[in-house]
Parts: sequence; C-alpha cells; structure tokens
Amino acid sequence: MLPPFDLCEPQSLADALQALSKHSDARPLAGATNLVPDLRDKRETCRNFISLEALDELRYIKRDGGRVTLGARTTIADILDDDGMKTDAPALYASAQIFGGAMVRTAATIGGNICCGSPSADSVPPLLTLDADVTLSSACGERTVPIDEFYVDYKKTVMRSDEMLTSVSWNVPPQGSANLFYKLARRKGDAITVTGVAVMIAVQGGVCSTARIALGSVGPTIFRAGAAEDMLMGKALSEDIIEQAAKAAADRCSPIDDIRAGAGYRLQTAHSLTRRLVTQAWQQIA
Amino acid sequence: MSNEKNVSVIVNGSEVKFVTPSHRTLLEALRHEGFVEIKCGCEKGDCGACAVLLDGEPVDSCLTLAWHVDGREVTTIKGIGHHGKADPLQKAFIETGAAQCGYCTPGIIIAAKSLLKDNPNPSLADIKRGLSGNLCRCTGYTRIFEAVQLAAKELRAEGEAA
Ligand SMILES: Cc1cc2nc3c(=O)[nH]c(=O)nc-3n(C[C@H](O)[C@H](O)[C@H](O)COP(=O)(O)OP(=O)(O)OC[C@H]3O[C@@H](n4cnc5c(N)ncnc54)[C@H](O)[C@@H]3O)c2cc1C
Repeated sequence: MLPPFDLCEPQSLADALQALSKHSDARPLAGATNLVPDLRDKRETCRNFISLEALDELRYIKRDGGRVTLGARTTIADILDDDGMKTDAPALYASAQIFGGAMVRTAATIGGNICCGSPSADSVPPLLTLDADVTLSSACGERTVPIDEFYVDYKKTVMRSDEMLTSVSWNVPPQGSANLFYKLARRKGDAITVTGVAVMIAVQGGVCSTARIALGSVGPTIFRAGAAEDMLMGKALSEDIIEQAAKAAADRCSPIDDIRAGAGYRLQTAHSLTRRLVTQAWQQIA
Repeated sequence: MSNEKNVSVIVNGSEVKFVTPSHRTLLEALRHEGFVEIKCGCEKGDCGACAVLLDGEPVDSCLTLAWHVDGREVTTIKGIGHHGKADPLQKAFIETGAAQCGYCTPGIIIAAKSLLKDNPNPSLADIKRGLSGNLCRCTGYTRIFEAVQLAAKELRAEGEAA
C-alpha cells in the first residue's frame, strides 16, 4: 500500500502552473516510476501531487533547424521510437537503450529523470555533453538554464517550488563529432548505474575542437570534468594526452561506497571508462 | 488527504468501473476486481510479474496509479489468449517448457508480446533487452528465450501465409 496523498489532474499546462504556484508543498508527478517506489519505501515525504498525465502538450519531439526540443513528458520509449534521435543525440539514444526494462521505459519521462536529481540518472550525462538547456516554467513566466548549472547538490536543483521543467533542448551535434555513453552496472539490463560516462568529441583540422566529458554516479551530482576537457582542446589526441585527461576526470570524482560498488572501484572505472570512450570517439572521427 | 475518482476502464475488451483513492495502484485495483492473473511480485518495478498492456504498451501495474487508467484499455495475460484460443507465445511457452513455477510467466508474455509487435524478428540480444524488466527465479531464462524465438518464427510464418 502507498501512503495516502492528494492528487490533482490539471487538463492544461496553465492550470498545472497555477496549481503549483498556489500550493507550495505540491510537486509534479509524471511517470511515477521514481515516486511510487519512493512513496512505498517512505523515502518520499511529499503528500500533495500534481499529475502531468493529461498534459499531452508536454509530450513531443520537435526539430527546428539544428535545434531539437523534447517536452518534459516525452518518455524514454518515445526517444527509442524516434530513429532521428540516433543522430540528433547519439549518447542520449544509447542511454535510452539500456534504461530500465521495457515497462519502465514506457512510463518514465525525460522530465522526471532530469528532475529526480539522482546522480545515477542515465539521460543526464548525455544531455550535459550536448550542452542542453532546460526550460523551467511557472505561472509568472519561464526561464532557460544550461543543464550544467541546473544541479547544485545531491538531489538539489535550482528549480523553485513554483516551477516545473517543461522542456529540454540542444543543438544537433556537428559533422565530424562523436557522442558516446557507457553505463557500468551489475548487469546489462535494468540496473542502477555504478559509473556512467558520456563524451562528446569533435575534430576540426586534425585537432580536438570540442570536448565534453560528463560523469554520473561518482559524486553528489552528475557533473562535467572541465579540467579534463581543457586538456583535450586544440590537440591531436594521443594515448598520453587521453590518459592525462582521464586521470583529471577521475580526480574530479568524489564517489561513495554503497551496496552496488565501493568508492575505489568507482574511481578506477571513472578513469578507465573516460579513457576508453575518448579513445573510441577520437578513433571514430580523426 | 487522498481524494477519490470514478474510473471506467476497458479490461480485455469489457468495461470495468470502480472508485479509487489516488494512492491505489492499478495492480491493487485490478486484483481487487478479480483480475488475479496479474501477479504481485516486488511492487517496485523490478520484477515485471505485474506487467499489463496499457493502450497496447507494456507497463508495470505496481507503478501505475489506478487513477490514471480512466478511459483507457488494459490487456492482461487472459486477454492475450486462453485455453482453446492460445496465443502463439503461450503455445511456445508450453512447447519449450519455458514455465516452471509460472509466477513470472504472465508478465514475461506481456513483455514478449510487446517486443514482437515492434520487432517480429528479434535477435537473442533484442529478446534479452526486451525482457530485462522481468525476473524469473526458476528457469535460468534459456527456455524463455527459446519460446520467444519459436513464437516469433510461428508469427512470421503466419504472416507470410496470410
Ligand atoms: C525498475 C526501475 C528501473 C529503473 N531504471 C532506471 C535506469 O536504468 N536509469 C535511470 O536513469 N533511471 C531508472 N529508473 C528511475 C526512473 O525510472 C527514472 O528516473 C525516470 O525517468 C523518472 O521519471 P518519471 O516520469 O517516472 O518521474 P516521477 O517518478 O513522476 O518523478 C520523479 C521526480 O521528478 C519530479 N518531476 C517529474 N516531472 C517533473 C517536471 N516536469 N518538472 C519538475 N519536476 C518533475 C517529481 O516531482 C519527482 O520528484 C528506474 C526505476 C525503476 C522503478
């Protein structure tokens, strides 16, 4: 049994935003794949939810020039059903392929994955490597925040209590780029990420012109390894340079021990997976 | 706290009506209405025993609020097929001996049904990915994968004959 809670079911985004601004203790409920287990296990204390179920206006994949936008209620299954996502966001598509099981992918939304703030949220490292922006809306208007600035601490974001996430968008990766994701977990399907790494590498004139490295499950938030990225920029990548960057990426990690893996293992795999993915990306494009 | 809603839902082709509080799951609501072919396992989305099709897509009924299915269609294992009118997947499970205790079987057939709808010729890797949200603690999965491959073959042959 779940604990009793209040639920309202607005029929439009405008009504949902009104409800959010009126009830400061109310929170959105999307696919409920995090919320139901969290309510059942008493990790979730909120007892007032605003269901996004009826808001089809938030369920879309739009393309405008080189810009892709996903509505917050777009599901992981919707991403996999859209063949264009393979090239519009290769790492995000890869993360959707190994996301939960089939039943979870039907229900889980991209908005819920971004907003749950979990360090193991699999769509987030890919979105960080795409320089994605999230749009936060409230009854008073909306603002756009780079996803790199969205997370402030473990399960803490810059989103106010009267705001909700309505969309996430990014520019399609340029020609001559590689965008990869690797999820290390106890098994290949339906498992919580032990270490997650996404990279975006682009080449121009024989040197690395874009470098993004994002790491999940190795700190209180998912983050970009900026120092490691800087070490790759403007260089023809060699084994040595990649190794130094991978070490710098691991130096940014502050993992914990938990039932899935020890901190030492997480550090070591953050290092080796960064090295592996940057090497693979460079081989694909250089 | 906790409000109520009148829900009307089509289950296996027939209308079912009930009143539900907001915190009741689809699993609880439908088992209460007598659809005990939906199995209750982990109740946190890990095991897939409670899987049903909702408007044709597979969901864990333990993670779905009953409140949200108003006006929609649910298919349980009994809606997939039954004695005398078994689905090729059900026949293949019997043929290959893919069920031991059988508790996970309804959910696995639901997930497999959805997989074969989208992908009539799945590789072994596709089948493993399609069933990764379902746990079986008896069989070691080998015969389950064989059953899905056999059903896929039967369905393709049926498709070619038609
Ligand atoms: C068996 C199982 C397997 C899983 N596997 C994975 C996995 O492989 N990878 C992974 O990353 N996750 C996994 N998850 C976790 C979960 O499915 C995802 O995080 C999912 O994307 C959450 O989305 P949701 O729509 O279900 O969110 P909900 O549970 O509805 O909400 C989650 C949180 O986000 C908030 N929220 C939701 N939508 C919005 C919005 N638009 N604006 C503001 N706040 C919002 C809610 O208030 C809540 O705090 C798994 C869960 C289960 C049960």
